[in-house]
Amino acid sequence: MAKSFDVRRQPGFTAIAMLCFVLLYLPILLLVAYSFNAGQSISQWEGLSLRWYASAWQNDQIQSATILSVTIAVTAAFLATSVAVLAALATTRVKPWRGQTVAFAMINQPLMVPEIVTAVSLLIFFAMIKVATGYTGLWYLIIAHTAFCIPFAYMPIRARLQGMNLSLEQAGADLYGTPVKVFRYITLPQLWPGILAGGMLSFVISLDDVVITEFVKSAGQDTLPTYMLGQLRRNITPEINAISTALLAISILMVTAMFFFSRTRK
Amino acid sequence: MIEIDTVSKLFGAGDSAFRALDRVSVTIKENEFFTLLGPSGCGKTTLLRLIAGFEGPTSGKILLDGQDLADKPPYRRPVNTVFQSYALFPHMTVAENVGFGLTMLGKPKSEVAATVSEMLALVRMTNLADRKTSQISGGQQQRVALARALAPRPKVLLLDEPLSALDFKLRKEMQLELKRLQSETGITFVFVTHDQEEALTMSDRIAVMSGGTIRQIGGPREIYDQPSERFVADFIGDTNFLSAEMIARTGDSAQLRLGQGAEVTARAGQVDKTSGAVTLAIRPEHARLVALDAGQLTGTLDDIVYFGTDTHYHITLDGIGTRFVLRRQNSPDEMRPVQQGERVGIALASSAGQVLKD
Ligand SMILES: Nc1ncnc2c1ncn2[C@@H]1O[C@H](COP(=O)(O)OP(=O)(O)O)[C@@H](O)[C@H]1O
Ligand SMILES: [Mg+2]
Repeated sequence: MAKSFDVRRQPGFTAIAMLCFVLLYLPILLLVAYSFNAGQSISQWEGLSLRWYASAWQNDQIQSATILSVTIAVTAAFLATSVAVLAALATTRVKPWRGQTVAFAMINQPLMVPEIVTAVSLLIFFAMIKVATGYTGLWYLIIAHTAFCIPFAYMPIRARLQGMNLSLEQAGADLYGTPVKVFRYITLPQLWPGILAGGMLSFVISLDDVVITEFVKSAGQDTLPTYMLGQLRRNITPEINAISTALLAISILMVTAMFFFSRTRK
Repeated sequence: MIEIDTVSKLFGAGDSAFRALDRVSVTIKENEFFTLLGPSGCGKTTLLRLIAGFEGPTSGKILLDGQDLADKPPYRRPVNTVFQSYALFPHMTVAENVGFGLTMLGKPKSEVAATVSEMLALVRMTNLADRKTSQISGGQQQRVALARALAPRPKVLLLDEPLSALDFKLRKEMQLELKRLQSETGITFVFVTHDQEEALTMSDRIAVMSGGTIRQIGGPREIYDQPSERFVADFIGDTNFLSAEMIARTGDSAQLRLGQGAEVTARAGQVDKTSGAVTLAIRPEHARLVALDAGQLTGTLDDIVYFGTDTHYHITLDGIGTRFVLRRQNSPDEMRPVQQGERVGIALASSAGQVLKD
């Protein structure tokens, strides 16, 4: 009998795998390292210091960008998750209906459409509304972020719903639970891990967005990523590294928490 | 009390539709322990789901106390289910599970608590009231599922193979317990099983199902002693089938000539025939081994299988070649020992056989 194919036995496997990891993580490690640099340079090490964290912390522009980012991310994550719960229920708990496949594809569409296309189309669409209504507030950004967060919130919630035992909900109905009560007392308590995972994923995705935000934002509405983008065009200081490192830490924290939420309580 | 009136259920649509139930009609009485018995896939669960309201019939009607259930969703039917998988709520304690139905009905907290402790006492689970349902054994989960379904005092309790996941001893114990609960509560039980012995020991009446239809309805004795057709006779207990010729018919009894020439009297209440070829069913315990010329049938003894409480004798009938199985209870006063390969006679108990409709 021939030996089964084992990719690890192929020549160069280890080298290529190592190269991939180096390319993925070395730049990030450098970025993190230089956020603690004492000097002005982002390529020359001059000793350990937290000065760039302090300066970023005291920077008014960074403060307001952070507040804006978090405001948008929290609101968009909440809205996207709420909509995703409804969408997931409609695609898992309803008798098969005509057009279900199309609806399913449409919910996930934002994952497929190139972000730049979404950005341009939203720019034009919102511009028309701005002209018509004169409103230039934050809701354009919130709505845009909600839209592209929905599929990310939808995935873990749908997975959780599909994994749930349908006979539990039937037992709830059998024991005189109306559909609303069954959802409230049977479905929802078991759905929480999925909802938390979807919410946190949305939060991270929203916090990180550059392209759509850059196109949709009105004057003075800078989020952290668009502020950073603006700074990069002028003078680059390790302050940028410090903000990036902070964002990275938040993401890692969120993803880790999400991992535990979706694992516990089986 | 429950009237099921020519109910059919199709899954899928068009030519590929699958007929899970085919014009099923049955009336289940008040306070009855009624059993649906049949092989896996014959539509037992489907019928329960129609009564509970999880599915609607494709045609036909289901009435409860004379009232059509068609427009009533499950949560408005005074019917509770013990699910095959138990379906206990994993995020609730045992007591919360049992109290769920009453809470949904909007009963005051004190009443819920009182009924819950009453129910837990009934199924002997009081000491585990605060456990999570994942922390109790299969048999205990089964009791909780039972208590949960009984707590709202439904008019009808539906039980879908509730004992099939339990091991033999626990199953025997729970059979008695279920019987006790049914007579103590006076609730109508509709019980599903594929185990014929379980059906015979527990039921007031049994409906034997096959391929989406009900083949026979009757008490355990009636089903066992007077099976109406080959499927029922075969599914319930062991049966010998003999080809015979009907030569006379008076009322419910018929005179038959067997293949080897002997004439016997048999019960024929289930068939309309008055003559011609028929099939006779004879239970293995309704025949005796006798001397070669003392019975109605003769044959060669092929196998003797010892079962502890009784012994099975496998005989090939002379001339016909049919296998006949005969069962005899073992007793200390042993009869004349017979040898494998010996030719023997078989005496049939008078009127023990049943003529089947084919
Ligand atoms: N939702 C369904 N869709 C399609 N076929 C089904 C469905 N439910 C049951 N069936 C079919 O109907 C038949 C009867 O099923 P069921 O009532 O579960 O049988 P039983 O409980 O007697 O084993 C089976 O052949 C099963 O495959
Ligand atoms: Mg079944």
